[in-house]
Amino acid sequence: MNLPKAKQDALTARLAGLSFDARGWLGAARSEALARLGAMGLPGKRDEYWRYTDPTSLTTPEAPPAAAFDAGDETPVFDGIDRVKLVFTDGVFDADASDDLTLAGVEIERLAEAGAADIHWAQGLYGALEARGQTPVQRPLAALASAFASDGVLIRVTGRAAKPVSLIYRHVSETSDAILHHCVKLEPGAELTLLENGPAAARFTKVLEVEVGTGARFHHIRAQGRDHARRAATHVFARIGAGALFKSFTLTANGRLTRNDAVLELVGDDAVAHVAGASMGDGDFHHDDTVFITHEGERCESRQVFKKVLKNGAVGVFQGKILVKPGAQKTDGYQISQSLLLDGDSQFLAKPELEIYADDVKCSHGSTSGAIDDTALYYLRSRGVPLRQAQSLLVLAFLAEAIGEIEDEAIAEDIRSRLEGWLHRHAH
Amino acid sequence: MLEINNLHVKLEDEDKVILRGVDLKIGAGEVHAIMGPNGSGKSTLSYVLSGRDGYEVTEGSATLEGQELLEMEPEERAAAGLFLAFQYPVEIPGVGNMTFLRTALNAQRKTRGEEELSAGDFLKLVRAKAKTLKIDAEMLKRPVNVGFSGGEKKRNEILQMAMLEPKMCILDETDSGLDVDAMKLVADGVNALRDAGRSFLVITHYQRLLDHIKPDVVHIMAAGRIIKSGGPELALEVENNGYADLLAEVAQ
Repeated sequence: MNLPKAKQDALTARLAGLSFDARGWLGAARSEALARLGAMGLPGKRDEYWRYTDPTSLTTPEAPPAAAFDAGDETPVFDGIDRVKLVFTDGVFDADASDDLTLAGVEIERLAEAGAADIHWAQGLYGALEARGQTPVQRPLAALASAFASDGVLIRVTGRAAKPVSLIYRHVSETSDAILHHCVKLEPGAELTLLENGPAAARFTKVLEVEVGTGARFHHIRAQGRDHARRAATHVFARIGAGALFKSFTLTANGRLTRNDAVLELVGDDAVAHVAGASMGDGDFHHDDTVFITHEGERCESRQVFKKVLKNGAVGVFQGKILVKPGAQKTDGYQISQSLLLDGDSQFLAKPELEIYADDVKCSHGSTSGAIDDTALYYLRSRGVPLRQAQSLLVLAFLAEAIGEIEDEAIAEDIRSRLEGWLHRHAH
Repeated sequence: MLEINNLHVKLEDEDKVILRGVDLKIGAGEVHAIMGPNGSGKSTLSYVLSGRDGYEVTEGSATLEGQELLEMEPEERAAAGLFLAFQYPVEIPGVGNMTFLRTALNAQRKTRGEEELSAGDFLKLVRAKAKTLKIDAEMLKRPVNVGFSGGEKKRNEILQMAMLEPKMCILDETDSGLDVDAMKLVADGVNALRDAGRSFLVITHYQRLLDHIKPDVVHIMAAGRIIKSGGPELALEVENNGYADLLAEVAQ
């Protein structure tokens, strides 16, 4: 099937400046991804899942310029956490700034070097979950990342990782256009915490594929950086095995445009998938969480908890779907998306979807938009809490359920202090 | 301590006058009670004094130890020593009771230029005060008033009062929704705070509470004014005869 001309032209223009590496096993996987992209074209404004978020600036040949941002007024996130650091600056791996890539129970390889090496476990994984995740909803930017990623990490976990692996994305160049692709494979019973932080580039396109083996546990916590002008399209694709756990939390403060896709499949019985996000925007901010969770195994549990704090014309989008396949009995699905609108100019657009083909399931969903509760505010102030502090307390209370999805208390506290810092800076 | 002169108040959004010239003077260490039929303006008086939105003062003044109250933000009034025990304490999901108490206490101390209380000292203080009000550790950990019974909410108000040590305490129908034992517990909490430097204004429908918290002066409020003041015997008179006689007496 041929693409409409406009889509074909846009795709040709976008790909013109990218270099394609066809070497080795990775080249074969990239070629398949390129073919997928060629069949879909880039996302357009009229595509069903781009109705609330204009993809234009994510698909133009050049990244719209974005000044790097100096967040020198607070210590970097996760600073106090003992971890193995891998640093990417504008999408390029920075060996000098990174730690030695050795960690007991974990194999870490760079994608840029993997093409020439024989990394058998990655060969069936790279691009595979992304390819599965293209149906029933197309995610062309993910195929783009599989085809053209300049770098990334391949992580295989065979035991319980002694400390978290931390991916740090620095943004220096005003015109950087970073494309990364990571794969994580947790063997049965393995456990890993993956941290990600930083804006990465003026424009960032990323895929993270995670295979969570039987009984394995994967924790993912990311903070997307405080840059105001950056743009990002990120994707998490996960396949979660029997009795396994997948938990992902994202903090987003600022950013002109952020689209975070999460495509999670609960394929084994008794698997658990939680995905949560807390985002705060003031002014020129558009943040879109698009989630698709498929229940295939029996007695699986999924939770989606998304909270957005918006002011001065900021826009929040949530598109969340739970698909319960035939036979996925005793499914327990929960979805909540809420916005706190701090003024009358901001906007929250939510599209919850449920599609259920099993008859013995429990699925609940809810979505709300509201302002700060005046009565609660007055109560706090009547006890002597100053207005700004009272507002911050109530905003943090609003976000508490999402932050509660972070299991590690030290990391949760770190995230909480970021939120407090942001609220303090944006009190006026 | 508290001096209210010719206070006139209307609702901000509609043309409804609630208070029509309230005069009230409460000396240091005194306990005053206000009784009155529904809709006489008792709760409005407490809200206006504590700074709730939605009311417009059209005339008159209110001062706390000479400081003009009505110009201040609610938090400034609290730091100046005013405390309102709410008729309907507000539930705040997501904010822990302890966090709330500590934030409030330290905010007031900061405003007054005093040093903040350390976590250890605060914990010791709150545990001791909670114990006398039969508030257990579990209740302190829960979000503010969420899932509390009526009695627990009122005890929580008195705990806040005990922690913040205000100079002027207003109790807005603190007895409503309480059984006899709970009322006794709350009244004991209030009595423990009675002090030569602390004054109380007790708003109530029933004389019963005043058996436990003995007032120095009782005022009867009707149609936005204080129509009669007297000793504790005035409350008994209301209990026995209702408001009709008093209202008729004033109308003459």
